[in-house]
Amino acid sequence: MYDISTYEEATTIQEALQYLKENPSSKVIAAGSDVLIKIREGKMAGASLVSIIKIEELKKIEKDKDGNIHIGPLVNFTQLEEDPIIREHLPYLGQGGGTMGGPQLRNIASIGGNICNGATSADSGSTLVCLNAQLTLTSLDLERVVPIGEFYTGPGRVDLKAGELLTDIVILRQDYEGYVGKYTKFAQRKSMDIATIGCAVMMKLQGRVIEDFRLAYGVAAPTPVRCPVAEAYAKGLTLTKENARAIGEKALEDVSPRDSWRGSKAYREQLIKVLAERAIWELANGGGEQDA
Amino acid sequence: MQNIEFTLNGSQIEVSIDPRESLLHMLRNRLGVFGPKEGCGKGECGACTVLVEHNAVNACIFPAGKVDGLEVVTIEGLQQGEHLHPIQQAFIDTGAVQCGFCTPGMILSAKDLLDHHHKPSRQEIRRAISGNICRCTGYSKIIDAIEYASKDVSKS
Repeated sequence: MYDISTYEEATTIQEALQYLKENPSSKVIAAGSDVLIKIREGKMAGASLVSIIKIEELKKIEKDKDGNIHIGPLVNFTQLEEDPIIREHLPYLGQGGGTMGGPQLRNIASIGGNICNGATSADSGSTLVCLNAQLTLTSLDLERVVPIGEFYTGPGRVDLKAGELLTDIVILRQDYEGYVGKYTKFAQRKSMDIATIGCAVMMKLQGRVIEDFRLAYGVAAPTPVRCPVAEAYAKGLTLTKENARAIGEKALEDVSPRDSWRGSKAYREQLIKVLAERAIWELANGGGEQDA
Repeated sequence: MQNIEFTLNGSQIEVSIDPRESLLHMLRNRLGVFGPKEGCGKGECGACTVLVEHNAVNACIFPAGKVDGLEVVTIEGLQQGEHLHPIQQAFIDTGAVQCGFCTPGMILSAKDLLDHHHKPSRQEIRRAISGNICRCTGYSKIIDAIEYASKDVSKS
């Protein structure tokens, strides 16, 4: 038995919001693949849970007439990886999600849960930060849109207020069109492991010149972070091995990795440099994944 | 208590559950279905793998109430009368079973793969069972078995 006090299921957004208003201390769960494990470990014991997994309207991926891509928070990682819209426009997001856990977890674990859990190691986190994903947060009284970079407030903490539900993840057309991208997960095992460092790179190229550049890391700071110093440095540079290396070096000014049992600070710093350099070089030579 | 109805291995089931229990707990403790095993109990080892709506999931971190109205298949549901499923037969023929604890989960992960991809590469097979831990075989024979079964399954 899970050590919880109540388990309720909502089947519509309205029902979930109503329940959350009446029971503000309830914890929302999607698949429960993070929350139920925390509960098993004795954290959050006695919690009252409201499951939203049966809300069908949160399971869709759509492109609107303006070319913005809407990803329902309950889209699971298998669906994300196989979806035709994601494959065409955001293949690196699907591929990155495909490094999370194992098949059984990817069949249930949702992208919205991955975000709201607030882990810096989330395999969708650094790519979504790179993509400047816009999160729609809905409560009974209010709907607000927050860029994902502002949503993460600390380790395991997000700007989700009592009574609020994440109801849409939007990738604006200008944030993906014309970019090539790649997510690299560095971990000790190829599956069922948490990233030592996750690195997301997006580039817009004009011939061999970097017209626009975005770089974000997971596990390089308390939350997934963009790298404004390295990004500004990279713009306008020509793609050479030396420049790829220099951009990776520059990223160290943007991050604050720490020592943990999974890897030392020094080891993480080395990964931060090398993973960016390799990804840039691979993308420069036609590897990686691009918006078709 | 909560009453739920779902399809288990092709039969309609009605069962009264505690909303706090997992699918694994319900299968083993209420329904006497012992194919799914409890290994780690936290979604890491894959010994409890079952199919829900044809997709492999870890039954230990799946609330029982969530299967209401859905279709669940465990290892007990694969065999047709006296005939083992081709994946089960392939595990026997290639010697892919040692202690057997991981086998139900491995076979169901393989079934999820072969139901969705008829001719997987060895790399795809490895990825499909990457959520299942085996402490005996070293995996090679299991991969052989799934590759062998894929030829059989695509024939039928």
